[in-house]
Amino acid sequence: MATYNLDITKDHCPMTFVKTKIELAKLKEGDVLEVLLSEGEPLENVPRTTKEQGYNVLGVEPLEGSVYKVTIQK
Amino acid sequence: MANKLSLVAFSGDFDKLTAVFTMATGAAAVGYEVNIFFTFWGLDALKKKQGRSFVGGTALTKMFGFFMGGLKVAPVSRLNFWGLSGKIFRSLERKNNVATLEELVDAAKVLGINFYACEMAMHILGLSREDFIPEVKDVIGVATFLQISEGGQTLFI
Repeated sequence: MATYNLDITKDHCPMTFVKTKIELAKLKEGDVLEVLLSEGEPLENVPRTTKEQGYNVLGVEPLEGSVYKVTIQK
Repeated sequence: MANKLSLVAFSGDFDKLTAVFTMATGAAAVGYEVNIFFTFWGLDALKKKQGRSFVGGTALTKMFGFFMGGLKVAPVSRLNFWGLSGKIFRSLERKNNVATLEELVDAAKVLGINFYACEMAMHILGLSREDFIPEVKDVIGVATFLQISEGGQTLFI
């Protein structure tokens, strides 16, 4: 089980979802991806849509400013 | 069954192709099955040669092929300024961390979006499958597109 990181704080729609999806696809079952993202559209939709696709969203944690860390397990 | 989005990419304009690939990659990234049916001017987006080149069967279609060009020279539908606007948009996109058209197309390939080319439009424009990128899944007609898109949402751009 490994943990990977992805920073999409500077990205915009649709690349926020696209990069998350591509990273998740590379993971093995049980691996974890920690995604740094901004509030607004990415925060509202990245956890929701990954959950809809069958991934486990282990946590959504506010960091500095408007940045959040979303932890997703495959 | 997974959600499905099928797009008809009719336009070869830079801005409209950007809309096609934004919708397509966004939908694929949230788990949709995505199909794009490229027809008429939209076929320009599939050309292997992304600049201007004399592709096409006859002298006349080769001329068309040259003026239509590929992805890199796709004109903007308004305020094109003889092709300058496409370059300006690309630099604005890079400056603002927004994906360029080329990046969206690359993402579409990675996400496994299905590209289909319109047999009829290829025939008119003298284009063959060899003129297109290898990611083109098939050359199809209306009947097949209807079959593929059935049960999902369809957009014409």
